[in-house]
Order: sequence, then structure tokens, then C-alpha cells
Amino acid sequence: MGKLKYALFTGCTAKQSTPEQMISTMAVADKLGIELVELTEASCCGASHLQDYDDFLSLVLNARNIAYAEKHDLTMVTICNTCQLNTAMTKHRLDNNADLKTRVNEKLLEVGLEYKGTSLVTHFLYAIIDDIGLDKIAEMVVTPLSQFNIAPFYGCHNIRPSELQNETHKTPENPYNPRSLDDLIIACGGQTVDYEEKNKCCGFHVELQAPKTSAILAGKAVAGAMDNNADFIVTPCPLCHLKLDTQTDHLSTAIGREVALPVLHMQQMLGLALGCDSDKLGLQHHVEKVDFI
Amino acid sequence: MSTHAITSQKVNFKVFRFNADEDYLPYYENYEMDVTSEEVVLDILNRIKWDNDGSFSYRRSCRHGICGTCAIKVNGRSTLACKESMTNMIEYFGNELTLEPLSKSRAVKDLIIDKGDFWAKNDAIHPYLVSHIDEHPEMECAVTPEQANALNDADLCIQCGACHYACPVVEVNEEFFGPAAFAKAYRFEADVRDDAHTTRLIELNAENQGVWDCVKCMECAEVCPKDVDPIAKITSLHNMLFSEGVAKSNVATRHAVGFKHSIARNGVLDEGGMVLYSEGLGVVKHLPLALKMFRKGKIVPPWAITKSDNLDEIQKLVKSSSTVKF
Ligand code: SF4
Ligand code: SF4
Ligand code: FES
Repeated sequence: MGKLKYALFTGCTAKQSTPEQMISTMAVADKLGIELVELTEASCCGASHLQDYDDFLSLVLNARNIAYAEKHDLTMVTICNTCQLNTAMTKHRLDNNADLKTRVNEKLLEVGLEYKGTSLVTHFLYAIIDDIGLDKIAEMVVTPLSQFNIAPFYGCHNIRPSELQNETHKTPENPYNPRSLDDLIIACGGQTVDYEEKNKCCGFHVELQAPKTSAILAGKAVAGAMDNNADFIVTPCPLCHLKLDTQTDHLSTAIGREVALPVLHMQQMLGLALGCDSDKLGLQHHVEKVDFI
Repeated sequence: MSTHAITSQKVNFKVFRFNADEDYLPYYENYEMDVTSEEVVLDILNRIKWDNDGSFSYRRSCRHGICGTCAIKVNGRSTLACKESMTNMIEYFGNELTLEPLSKSRAVKDLIIDKGDFWAKNDAIHPYLVSHIDEHPEMECAVTPEQANALNDADLCIQCGACHYACPVVEVNEEFFGPAAFAKAYRFEADVRDDAHTTRLIELNAENQGVWDCVKCMECAEVCPKDVDPIAKITSLHNMLFSEGVAKSNVATRHAVGFKHSIARNGVLDEGGMVLYSEGLGVVKHLPLALKMFRKGKIVPPWAITKSDNLDEIQKLVKSSSTVKF
């Protein structure tokens, strides 16, 4: 097998609010022998909000991002659930509607680009499970996380709608009984924590307009993990991370009890298990201190 | 006749039991049964009632996925009992299945719930055509196939409530209309014969109850047995709020519009700037959090943001592809 190579769509968050996610992605890719070509031309995906205002503009911009992955003739990997949903949804709609694809391409042609539909769009989590395999990953673990109870938090936009999501990777995921993150935790030598909120919503996307709803959903998630003896939460989504990690005071007020747990990105957990240097995992960037290692 | 051999296997059902008139708390009853590959979930409910306990209660009527009464939860997943095959459920969840009402907190008797909140919200969005039709018309009100297609299958909803009781916002905010009511509202908003337009949209635009409080969890799209895809209708309603001039400048609308401005400026999002733009003066309440995040290196000031390469392309596309003004 040749070296794995992907086009990396970082999304905006990894470059701003979660710098630790960016560096840990690079560190883990390095350990796993993956080459990542960063799509520095990419724009924001609209984060599930732009399409509410201007659906066509959102399609054009996301199609442009994919067109750059196609230029490299590579699968596009995302490291944010919402980037994943927006991009995969755009791909799905264009691939299944010739008229829409033509209209979008008329615009892209103005800047000399074309959306063809030749690149897959998949989240990093599924890319490594599909292309490297959990057994192989487990073999590469040098520091098993055996002393930890780890609560997976999947995030909506990686698992729902499953019909769309399951087009983007080979290992099918059941959104009511998801396995990918649990299996990765096990591959890293950790104990997975089962709790009701693991496949529920963190509330991030209404943080500004409905702060109470948002805080209750996030608070319940952290509480669920704590009540099942989790040492920390792990998530594939930087937006879930921000919601669960940065404002536990609000979450605690919203649900009427103290909640707080460290929230690791899946790349950081994997990095710990694969023996990455801790300065390459950015654990100091968390608001809830990661003081267990 | 099916050419498949009928197979059978043992399944353990953990069934929610509760009688609001007698029980203080619900409890679960276990039934082990041989389930054949031909059965649907409703067959199991019937067999529990007919073979085990005649007092076991649930709703069903048509048995053909039309009346919308039989929705329950199987292992937490909203499911139309008469449509969902047991083979699917076993493949999905294995041989331990938990049968529960759509909403445990609204349970009245076993799997029967009080669906009053669902109907109240349905009624609140004016679920009918508002149209001034001549009492003695000369000809029928013709709708072209294209105009009918605009409903985008919203008219297929059977009001089973599967999406409503899967929605996390419905669970925590009792004002929120919820996905089924939104899909129903869209069904009329998209109908060329309807004249209510802005009146209905104004209510859908209102804080707390309206579309802006949807957290985009995609649960409603996942569970709908009729592929109504309520969240897609919610997106269309958002679009209508702008195109019909109903959207007012507030934190929610500025948040949506702000993406366009930020993308036009940097290609990528200016995350801090976005909060500032959306909140206006309200931004002060975010300062403690911003400070905390800044200390952890989680905030990049506007001047230090790495803009997208080939930004001119993005700017050109934002100009030429924008379809909405606000
Ligand atoms: S997408 Fe919106 S309406 Fe649908 S279930 Fe989630 S919060 Fe409710
Ligand atoms: S939209 Fe679908 S899930 Fe929701 S009430 Fe209608 S048919 Fe049921
Ligand atoms: S019994 Fe009518 S929809 Fe199931």
C-alpha cells in the first residue's frame, strides 16, 4: 500500500478557536503515515447557517472547496462535523441534481473552476477507520489508555442523517448505536463509557440566539458522562469541544448542578495513545484543565 | 409470494409499562419471544397484548403507515410500529429491544402518550389554506405539476409525531413549534394558492417558538418514516423569511448573514468578529468567556487571521452568486 494521502479541509475553527486540534491532527497524521495536503484556498463552509440566508451561495462556495480537492485528485478529509455535513450535503445535492450542478458550475467557471463530483468527502475519523483499520491502529498504540474511562461524544453532524453520512464512508454507522468513536477508544486501549447523551446534540448552533437551550443540552451531555464515571470526553467535532469545554459555568447554571470534564479532540486521544509528544497535542489550550497525564 | 425462507429468532423485549391512574412510577416488563423475519414492530405489540397481557395499551389503526398513530420508540429511536420490520430492528440493535412511548414524560398508559402539545403546535401554525376564493368560481383553481412539486413532499406527513418527540429543543423549550409543525407550515407556505404568507411567517420568525431556535441536530430528518425531511423545510422557511422581508435584524439573522460578510472579507470565518457582529452591544456578556479563551490561546484577533488563498475568487463568487439581499 502506498502512502495515504488526503486533501485536508481544516475548516475555520481548527485555525482559530481550537489550535490544539490543528496541531494534533498533524501530529497524528505523521504517526499514522498519512500525508495531508492542506486546502489553503478553501473558504468557510457556512457552518450550517449561511444556507439559511442564501442557499445557492452556500452551494457555490462549498462546491468550490471540493473542486480544489478534485484538482489534487484526492479524497477530502474534514476535521469538523459541521464542515463534514455541509460539504457532504453539497456534494450529495450536486451529484443527484444535474440542473443544480450546471447552475453551480456556471458560477465556478467565472473563476476557472469546475465541480465534477470525483472526490469523496469524509471525516478524518472515518478515513482512518476505513483506510488504516482499527486493528492496525491498535497495533501502533504505544501508550494504551487503559487506566481511563473515556466518554465518546459523537456530535450530530457526523452521524445524521445516516443515509447521507453513510455515503461518505465504508464502515456504516448507526446513529442510534454508533460505534466508530467507541471502537477507536478501545483501539487506544481505553474503556468506553456508555451514556444516553453520547449521540445527542451539544447545542452549539443556537448558542447566540437561544443560549438557555444550548446550555441545557451541553450541560446534560457533560452530566451524563460524569454520572457514568468518565475521566474525560472525546469528540471528533471542534464545535462540540468548544460547547462542552469552554463554559462549564453556564452549563452548570443551566442544569442546576456543577458539571465539568476535560474534553479531548479525537486526534489528541489518539495522539496520546500513539505516543506523540505532548507539546504536539496542545493540551494546554483547553479551558477545563487536562491534568490527568 | 416471497421466495425468501422465513426465519425466526429469539428476542428479549423490555417493555415500558405505566398507568397514570394507578402507578407512581413506570416499570419495565420483559417478554421473550420468537420473532419471524416477516414481522413488523406492531405485530410484536399485538402479540404481547393478545398472548400475554390484555391490558397492554398502544395506539394503532390503519396498519398501513397512513394514520400515524402507532409511532413508538425502539431503543430510543422513534419508529412507526406498523412500518418498521423486525429484521431491520434486530440488525440495528441486536436481540435486546426496549419498547417505549415516544415521550416517557407524556405517557398516559403504557405506550400511549398525551399528544396534546403536538396538536396545539400544529394548530398554532394555521395548518390550512388561507385563500380568498370566489364562492361561485367559473373554473377550478388549477395547480401545475411544477407548483405542486414545490411542496417537496411536505404533504406526505402523517403527523405521527416521531420527529416532534425526537427533537431535543421540543424537550427543553415548550414554546418551540417543533419539526412537524414547521414541515406543516412549509406545506402551506409553499402552496401557490395560499395567501397567508407573511402572517404565518411572522410567527415562524418569532424568538423561542420559531425556526431560529432549531439547533440543527438532524434528528427529525433521521426518524421521519415518510422522508418528509423537516429540517430541509426549516431551511426553506429560513430562506422565505429573508425573501419575503419578514426577517428582522436580530442576533439570529445577523448570525446567518454575518457568514457572508466574513467570507467576503477573509474567505474563512472571523470567529470572534462573528460574535461581535451578531450580538452588537450584547457582546459584553460574552467578554468573560472571551477572556478565558484568549488566555488559552483560543482567540485569534482579526488582524492575525490567515485569509484563504485566492481570496479574489471567493469575493467574485460572493458577488456573482448571491441571491438574497438583507
Ligand atoms: S433539526 Fe431542528 S427541528 Fe429537527 S429535531 Fe433537530 S432541533 Fe428539532
Ligand atoms: S414529518 Fe415525518 S416524523 Fe414528523 S410527524 Fe410528519 S410523518 Fe411523522
Ligand atoms: S397503524 Fe396507522 S400508521 Fe401505523
